[in-house]
Amino acid sequence: MPLKESSLDPLNAVRREIIPAGEPWMGSLKQGQRFRIVDLEGNQAIDTLFYSSASLDERYSAQDTIRAQGNIYLTAGTRLLSNEGNTMLTIVADTCGRHDTLGGACSAESNTVRYAIEKRHMHSCRDNFLLALTHWGAKYHRDIGKRDLASNINFFMNVPVTPQGKLTFADGISAAGRYVEMLAEMDVTVLISNCPQLNNPCNGYNPTPVEVLVWD
Amino acid sequence: MGVGMAEGAPYWMLWDELVVGGAHWSGLLRRGTTLRLTDVVGGGNVSALFYNYEDRLERYNMADTLKAQHTAYLTRSCVCYSDMGRVMCSITDDTCGWHDTLCGLTNAAMIRSKYGDARYQERRNEYHRNAYDGFLNELGKYGLGKRDLAANINFFSKVTADDEGNLRFHEGHSAAGSYVDLRFEMNTLVVLAACQHPLDPATDYRPREVRLTTWHSRPAPRNDLCRTRCPENERGFRNTEMWYR
Repeated sequence: MPLKESSLDPLNAVRREIIPAGEPWMGSLKQGQRFRIVDLEGNQAIDTLFYSSASLDERYSAQDTIRAQGNIYLTAGTRLLSNEGNTMLTIVADTCGRHDTLGGACSAESNTVRYAIEKRHMHSCRDNFLLALTHWGAKYHRDIGKRDLASNINFFMNVPVTPQGKLTFADGISAAGRYVEMLAEMDVTVLISNCPQLNNPCNGYNPTPVEVLVWD
Repeated sequence: MGVGMAEGAPYWMLWDELVVGGAHWSGLLRRGTTLRLTDVVGGGNVSALFYNYEDRLERYNMADTLKAQHTAYLTRSCVCYSDMGRVMCSITDDTCGWHDTLCGLTNAAMIRSKYGDARYQERRNEYHRNAYDGFLNELGKYGLGKRDLAANINFFSKVTADDEGNLRFHEGHSAAGSYVDLRFEMNTLVVLAACQHPLDPATDYRPREVRLTTWHSRPAPRNDLCRTRCPENERGFRNTEMWYR
């Protein structure tokens, strides 16, 4: 997996924020801005969705993205496409190597299926997504909700698919300090859940904080 | 006697219908009925989405379907999960062996660039159609729209990923007459588009027809193949059964 570093200096970032383990984050990027997510302590899955700020019904599309590049993994050079076929962001640096876009987000309901009925009450990415969208929509008077939760990206998560079609959640290939950096090709709104899942190796069974940075 | 069934068809048959190549279709399949999709001439593709008929905010979820069953594709014994942890339908039979879940659907720009322009004005109902617009057409009839388009299934198409993740479309995967049976565990709004797969390398526009055949089946018994495929599916069926209590 080819790794690509960025030359941008965190000291010049116009925005730097820590997202605590298990919490949501929303933010906006202007076209031309760079957006970096840092896996501070390693093996932390970061469930992410992108929306066109101008028109929220244009949004990240996992299927369009993997079909256009002919590959299921995301890495440096990947163009993150919308459901309209437009490039929303391009991954310009990646020191992890590959990222998942098939595994989706955990939810209370899928936890009952995947692990046990009594796991329903554990914190989940969909709870983060729904709550963040609801508050954000109310604040900015935008109509957005559950129907807008399309298939997401899981940065730093490792979901290998074999040529025979078997799909597994495997131990992470990320490590402390690894990052992925994107160039916004349009004005985008970012929705993140810093995944609280404790039942599989996607977070190394220990969810940890991550950092997001924005450069002009 | 069922609607559109041949005279003398067994009483448990419901209806049957031919969806012509390129066309879109939608309808209600109730819990306890089975829909057979038949690739009549071979080499077909059917893009599909599912919605809970009573609560259309609940819909087929690619990721939850794949990760619960540790598979990247669908075949006999697999089920399709909603985003609410329920089994919407089960694949009780399949003579094709692999149905694509990853690659999405065709859109107008793609069809134009691959196959050229073919408008209604010149071609009448032979005009070139695409699955994205077909889905929007059907969804619009139920008050749904662009925001409700989730990641779809492509029945009859096989696309594999190699160890580096590179996709490969398998030509000639579906033989003439191959079929897949979907037993519905929930009252489900089924949306279909009989359009070519977006990675189909064929240079000619030739979407194939698909036959829909339906019959009364039964909800999954205790020892059902799909229910017992994995502990995850046992719990998924439990969640579905709670919805109907």
